[in-house]
Amino acid sequence: MKLLLSGMIVLTAISALGVVYTTHENRQLFSKLYELNKQRDELDIEWGRLQLEQSTWATHGRIEKIAREKLGMDTVDYNKVMIVKP
Amino acid sequence: MSKDIIPVASRQRLLTLVALFACAGIVLFWRAIELQVVRKDFLQTQGDARYLRVLPVVATRGMISDRHGEPLAISTPVDSVWVHPKDFITVRSQWASLAKLLGLNLGELKQMLDERREREFVYIKRRISPELAQQVMALELPGVAMQREYRRYYPLGEVAAHVVGFTNVDDQGQEGLELAYDNWLRGEAGKQRVIKDRLGKVIQDVELVQEAKPGKDLSLSIDRRLQYLTYRELKRSVMHHHARSGSAIILDALNGEVLAMVSQPAYNPNNVAADYVASFRNRSVTDVFEPGSTIKPFTIAAALESGRFSSQSVIDTAPGYYKVGAYTIRDAHNNGRIDIPTIIQKSSNVGASKIALALKPEQLWKINSSVGFGDTSGSGFPGEVAGILKRPAQWREIDRATLAFGYGLSVTALQLVRAYGAIAADGMLLPVSFLNQNNLITGKRVMQAVTAQRLRKMLERVVSADGTALRAKITGYSVAGKTGTVKKLGKNGYSDDRYSSIFVGMAPATHPRLVMLVYIDEPHSGVYYGGEVAAPVFEKVMSVALRTLNVAPDAIDGSSVKVATLERHP
Repeated sequence: MKLLLSGMIVLTAISALGVVYTTHENRQLFSKLYELNKQRDELDIEWGRLQLEQSTWATHGRIEKIAREKLGMDTVDYNKVMIVKP
Repeated sequence: MSKDIIPVASRQRLLTLVALFACAGIVLFWRAIELQVVRKDFLQTQGDARYLRVLPVVATRGMISDRHGEPLAISTPVDSVWVHPKDFITVRSQWASLAKLLGLNLGELKQMLDERREREFVYIKRRISPELAQQVMALELPGVAMQREYRRYYPLGEVAAHVVGFTNVDDQGQEGLELAYDNWLRGEAGKQRVIKDRLGKVIQDVELVQEAKPGKDLSLSIDRRLQYLTYRELKRSVMHHHARSGSAIILDALNGEVLAMVSQPAYNPNNVAADYVASFRNRSVTDVFEPGSTIKPFTIAAALESGRFSSQSVIDTAPGYYKVGAYTIRDAHNNGRIDIPTIIQKSSNVGASKIALALKPEQLWKINSSVGFGDTSGSGFPGEVAGILKRPAQWREIDRATLAFGYGLSVTALQLVRAYGAIAADGMLLPVSFLNQNNLITGKRVMQAVTAQRLRKMLERVVSADGTALRAKITGYSVAGKTGTVKKLGKNGYSDDRYSSIFVGMAPATHPRLVMLVYIDEPHSGVYYGGEVAAPVFEKVMSVALRTLNVAPDAIDGSSVKVATLERHP
């Protein structure tokens, strides 16, 4: 009886320590998760911003203007096209 | 005096002392039990309420992209500056530097904060760039904090404004597909428990109560390249002809997807001002018009399907007008005795109405109704209207006659181009879609394949020197299409000076790949014929669009295009 009781006490103590440990572990993991989430969000934001920047640079109006005015490009007229038939 | 002898007086003092300490111990012990056990719940909640806070975790709104993944709408974070007035007031001397940084009027800032002195939270500037936000935080003023928010950017600006729509300050869709797919795009804000200090600064993150669900991305059927091209040419034409408004749509003839949809006048969704409300309308789906001559192919379809007419049937349209009841129907010229393809080619009102009167009213109604007139297209676009197609029971003789050439019913641009899509798809009416969907599309048969093919042959003749739309001709490709020049209904009946010019066409006519509609409302440049105003826009856009999509030219014989053939040596 006494043995059982002391056994229980020891087990309870161990489990109590376990609770303390897992809580601590939980906190640490949560803060890590939070950090990683934050990092992910920041990367997402950066990605979105870069996409926005890219698509702003790649606006058709801008490309067309540069192609026509700066580079002297034009759509090829069909009179200058030769179609190769297989 | 030996060590173990304690004087009586001292012993009493000792006992008293011990008793006192015991009492104190008991009191403390009891208090501890009371705090830790008896009143634990109450105290815990009170404590939590003082420093634990549940903060929202902002979720991003999904991105809208075109069919190739090019962004049409993206949310990026911005910061809003807010202050806690009680703390902020302690640094009054430094307000000027903050006001200067944010471009605020110092006097107004002072007045605003004095009025809101008792508040806990006052926005002083919303939506500033993250770079500016960093500079503000670098001032390290007490009581100043940032709130993260998202702002929506539309890289294409007004080019795709009507299709994509826009959102309001709270990131809710207001117009266009932003509104139609709001639930899909919208994220779900999460909840997070944190510990805050007295100044409201977050000291520690405790747990995530609910994870934020970011909104889902949406891939549209729109092709950014065609959208821009259509936008450019439509805008140019509307400006050149001093037109009131205009719209243009390109459909994929194979699956009914909307590749481009443009309206004029447009607005910039990045900077929506309330006084532009009229230009927010996506005219292609919200505005109806009488389709005029563009309806004739469907009248002819009904005639061919009825079995009473064939492609060779000849109708006498002389002398260029005829009376139905009290009304007179007129042609531009006296075309004499002409066959059915010529009725389409010359756009003869007399011919079309004579055919219509020879048909049963139900036959005429059935074709117009089955290609989708009088009913919404099912695209799900906000504000889409059904147009008007009266029931045969309501028709008088004159209604049947005028319906044959497109008066007395009203349609949207989207309905009309979709109906032409049925001619392009060999008689199958396809559902209209704004989404890039890869699943197999099944349409609804609305006319026999052979009827649709015959109609395309007839419509090809429209785009010729003898037809009404020579200017829709594209080098290297066969084009089938129909013009419409519609007198607009005013207060005193049909006007003689207000027209709308329409062209609907498809290319290549042999195996249509694209169907396009151009609608220019009230051109004021002296010309108003559909073949003069709308058809050139079609030609300009389609000639580039077909090459962009790598559609092989099908009409190189007899055109100026040179052809080289490869000889095979065995």
